[in-house]
Amino acid sequence: MSIVTVILSRAFKAFVTLLAIAVLNFCLLHAAPGDPAVVLAGEAGAADEQMIEQLRERFGLDQPFHVQLGKYVGSVLTLDLGYSFRQGAPVAQLIAERLPATLLLTLTAFVISLVLGIAFGVAASARVGKASDSLLTTLALLFYATPLYWAALMAVLIFSVWLGWLPGFGYETVGAGYTGLARAFDIAKHLVLPALTLGLFFMAVYMRMTRASMLEVSQLDFVKTAKAKGLSGPAIRRRHILRNAILPVVTLAGLQAGQLVGGAVLTETVFAWPGIGRLMFESLAARDYNTILGVFLVSAAMVILFNIVTDIVYRLVDPRIGAKA
Amino acid sequence: MWKRFSSNIGAMLGVVLLLAVIAVAIFAPIIFSHTPWQMVQRPFLTPFTMDGLPLGTDTLGRDVASQLAYGARVSLLVGLVSTLVALLIGVPLGALAGFYGNWVDEGAMRFTEFFQTIPNFALAIVLVAIFEPTLASITIAIAIVSWPPVARLVRAEVMSVRKREFVDAARLAGLSRPRILLTQVLPNTVSPIIVMASLMVATAILLESSLSFLGLGDPNAMSWGYMIGAARTVIRSAWWLSFFPGIAIVLTVLALNLIGEGLNDALNPHLSRKGKA
Amino acid sequence: MSTLSIEHLSIGLPQGADRAFAVEDVSFAIEKGEILCVVGESGSGKSMTANALMGLLPPGVTVKSGRALFESRDILRLPEAEKQALRGARIAMIFQEPMTALNPLMRIGEQIAEVFAAHDRFSQQERRDKALNLVREVGLPDPEKIIRAYPFQLSGGQRQRAMIAMALALEPKLLIADEPTTALDVTTQAQILKLILDLRDRRGMAVMFITHDFGVVAEIADQVIVMREGRVVERGIAAKVLTDPQHDYTRRLLDAIPTGKLPPARAPREVPALEIKGLRKVYRTGGGFFRPVREVRAVDDVSLTVGRGEVLGLVGESGSGKSTLGRTAVRLVTPDGGQVLVGGSDLAALSEEELRKQRHKVQMVFQDPYASLNPRQRIMGALTDGPITKGVPKAQAQARAKELLEIVGLGADAASRFPHEFSGGQRQRIGIARALAMDPELIIADEAVSALDVSIQAQVLDLLRDLRERFELSILFITHDLRVAAQLCDRIAVMKKGKLVEIGTVHDIFLNPQQEYTRQLLAAVPGAGWAKAGAA
Repeated sequence: MSIVTVILSRAFKAFVTLLAIAVLNFCLLHAAPGDPAVVLAGEAGAADEQMIEQLRERFGLDQPFHVQLGKYVGSVLTLDLGYSFRQGAPVAQLIAERLPATLLLTLTAFVISLVLGIAFGVAASARVGKASDSLLTTLALLFYATPLYWAALMAVLIFSVWLGWLPGFGYETVGAGYTGLARAFDIAKHLVLPALTLGLFFMAVYMRMTRASMLEVSQLDFVKTAKAKGLSGPAIRRRHILRNAILPVVTLAGLQAGQLVGGAVLTETVFAWPGIGRLMFESLAARDYNTILGVFLVSAAMVILFNIVTDIVYRLVDPRIGAKA
Repeated sequence: MWKRFSSNIGAMLGVVLLLAVIAVAIFAPIIFSHTPWQMVQRPFLTPFTMDGLPLGTDTLGRDVASQLAYGARVSLLVGLVSTLVALLIGVPLGALAGFYGNWVDEGAMRFTEFFQTIPNFALAIVLVAIFEPTLASITIAIAIVSWPPVARLVRAEVMSVRKREFVDAARLAGLSRPRILLTQVLPNTVSPIIVMASLMVATAILLESSLSFLGLGDPNAMSWGYMIGAARTVIRSAWWLSFFPGIAIVLTVLALNLIGEGLNDALNPHLSRKGKA
Repeated sequence: MSTLSIEHLSIGLPQGADRAFAVEDVSFAIEKGEILCVVGESGSGKSMTANALMGLLPPGVTVKSGRALFESRDILRLPEAEKQALRGARIAMIFQEPMTALNPLMRIGEQIAEVFAAHDRFSQQERRDKALNLVREVGLPDPEKIIRAYPFQLSGGQRQRAMIAMALALEPKLLIADEPTTALDVTTQAQILKLILDLRDRRGMAVMFITHDFGVVAEIADQVIVMREGRVVERGIAAKVLTDPQHDYTRRLLDAIPTGKLPPARAPREVPALEIKGLRKVYRTGGGFFRPVREVRAVDDVSLTVGRGEVLGLVGESGSGKSTLGRTAVRLVTPDGGQVLVGGSDLAALSEEELRKQRHKVQMVFQDPYASLNPRQRIMGALTDGPITKGVPKAQAQARAKELLEIVGLGADAASRFPHEFSGGQRQRIGIARALAMDPELIIADEAVSALDVSIQAQVLDLLRDLRERFELSILFITHDLRVAAQLCDRIAVMKKGKLVEIGTVHDIFLNPQQEYTRQLLAAVPGAGWAKAGAA
């Protein structure tokens, strides 16, 4: 199966999944207690009678269920995610404005957690049973048990409030008027704490996986073959164990991407990072369901994209898959 | 089995920690004469400055220690019940998919995959937001986002056990398929399910606290996540209000993870095939 | 001077193992150009000896005393760096499982060239050329293609050749081969054995060949040592040990080996217990949106009969469809066509519900003693589930179970225990008792003794022979091993690629095979020549 057909079939699957999520959203709106129009308009008093009437008409709430469903899904397919009465703007526009910040944050956190996780995992497995291994695994266990948002808060407290090393709030220094490189540097400084605290938990996950996988692979027969060839320990780890051990970690990382995107809601909330997670948090208090569901759909789309990318990477690394199918 | 588990220092530490948390949760009303909602002193009382209020008071002058104790109840309850519900969904689905294969498997796995693709925390937020935050809706929401890994695990285990020859032998003995699944196959998948369940309780506690942190907790139940969320804006002046509940979460989750790992090592000692060599 | 000389080697096991020493006071020597076979059953310490020489002992296992002189140095006491320099260059090793002994993510050529890289020899281009030559030397087809292939694209025999190429890369003085042919089909095994003999002649290296099979010994050994529980019990020139074993244990091992000495023929059976007519089973793999369907005809229009009280051997290599035939005959697999007639009903045509009521007619004894019993069920349950489902009262079924456990030589108290308390051979006895508990009209034994050590194998075969006489059992005995089939069967059917090649009495098949393939199989049996000499 060529890479093109793989991408095509994955894209098709992604489309079906997104369609299903749109249907799920529709069902949720209808399952919510109360009149969907009222639900959509929000309870915060943003909607008057006339607006609710307009909504009823727009969604055809007086029409049969399947017609309503069709209308809803149709509008989602045309990227019409509805209107946020709280923010006074179309949801799609709100999300589009905030998406780059979230992408920057999650991708940075993903890369940091994967690279560091694998590196520490390899290091721990090479020193299995020794003090440094115990230290690394204990730390991983601790990070694994730490709530994301709490780690973020504590980081703000320590590095921003007490030590004053790094900004603990926002995306860039407001009103500083930086441009070009200076601006990039400013954003990078703001990015450090959010990306690290978001990546910490996942780093722990990948480290534990990598360590376990390395140890498991090192028991396999071909490692003994490599030893019998006269290869040195480091060469065996690098050439034989690592490559085989990393494949399952990459697969898992792809699957975990969903949790990373979910975690961004918490991190962005704590750091006032102007991404879609923060948007979701703001919408929660306002009961702005259109925006909440919109963010939900877009974050699912991000996960699907992550998954497709890891799937393709996997296929490029493992020679067995392409031939088997 | 118990011997292997009890010789694991980490696991025993986990048991002790968890027992302590359980004890605090159970005896909260006895230890504290006031509820966590009662104002007992002036607000922002620093920890360790007044007898009877070791951890100080919060923004409304409520006893932080008492809040922590009652919060343990919510965390443990939601963690346990949501895991049970997730098992009730995941185990049958995974077992049927793995055992019957073909279109049953195909259907069940597409369904599972769909739920696994959706970012689970985001889905939990949406569910709780739409169905109003109550302990029940939070528990159900967590269960709904937690069952897919169970289904996948059970399916994989059932598929591997199903291929073993003793299952063929049971078929030749004339046992019906449901009976083979229940009496021959499933008992052999229990160990990994137990391990996963103990780790899931930990994850569920984290999820619950994250939801409460965002303000999606049951307004009638004091919980650790809510405490941190409420103290977030005053972190500069009253760090302890977010610090202590965080420590409580870390310790509880750590305890459960340690127990889970201990169980894993005790129940799956690198496949009991050693006798074969 | 000997290439390798081991003196008083003792290897200690970690505390808590079932014995203190894996190997105790073992001495032997291998001369240049000589093949020494180290023979023993599992747990005899033969592999540990080899691993100690390579410096590849598992953690916790250590050399306690003794030395191993190789190129006038004691290689057991060398610092790790020097051991590493020795491995792959002066001493090379090949392993039992060719399927798992190669790195799945690395091309064959790279894996061979890596030996040169490990020892810092030659330039990139030279390494590649040499790899190509090695691939050619071990007789792999299309060398240019093979060095670019990944292991999963090669068959088991080809992978073992690639392993050998790797081992030969730096022209070692000593080659250690740890059961290198055990996982292979007989015909492939014969080819690999011949390759090792050729290479020895061409390169004059010494070979330490570990095996459990005296047939293999007869094929290639110059010298033999026999090990048991860590000690050497017998040593000598191969021909002498084979014909005139001194130690009791060696004699028992040799006796246990089905030699091809044919037992006297029994009277042919007229009444059929099982009739298979035109049986077909096709496996389809792949299929879907983008994948083409691949078809494998596992059983292709096979007809045969097993008489009442007869043992029919079904022999073939892996992939011949013999196991599928067996599983189809008990309807664990539903055939695509044909009939399976047992006691008047066609098992192949029954509905799931009717089938369950007829299941007891045909029972099976399985291959893997470690997988064929439910680890969480007591033996009593395993033996009574079937009869009780069939309608036998519980008390009666339990009494019968105990009686059967006595009959298979385990004792009635085995009933209350769990499978993990039994050894492989004992579990196989339980498996036989379980089959008998259903009072079947036919038993299918699928490689029922293949996973067992030779001496245990002999005991289980004895039991089956005994039961055959006592209960007039009809058995379809599936095996890859012609020698085993000869021991027990009245007639033998040979399968190849899903088709029945030849069927006849044991005497016909062995002494007067009609088909070329049967002749090939017979010739490939290790020690065939020696067995014939023995039989004469």
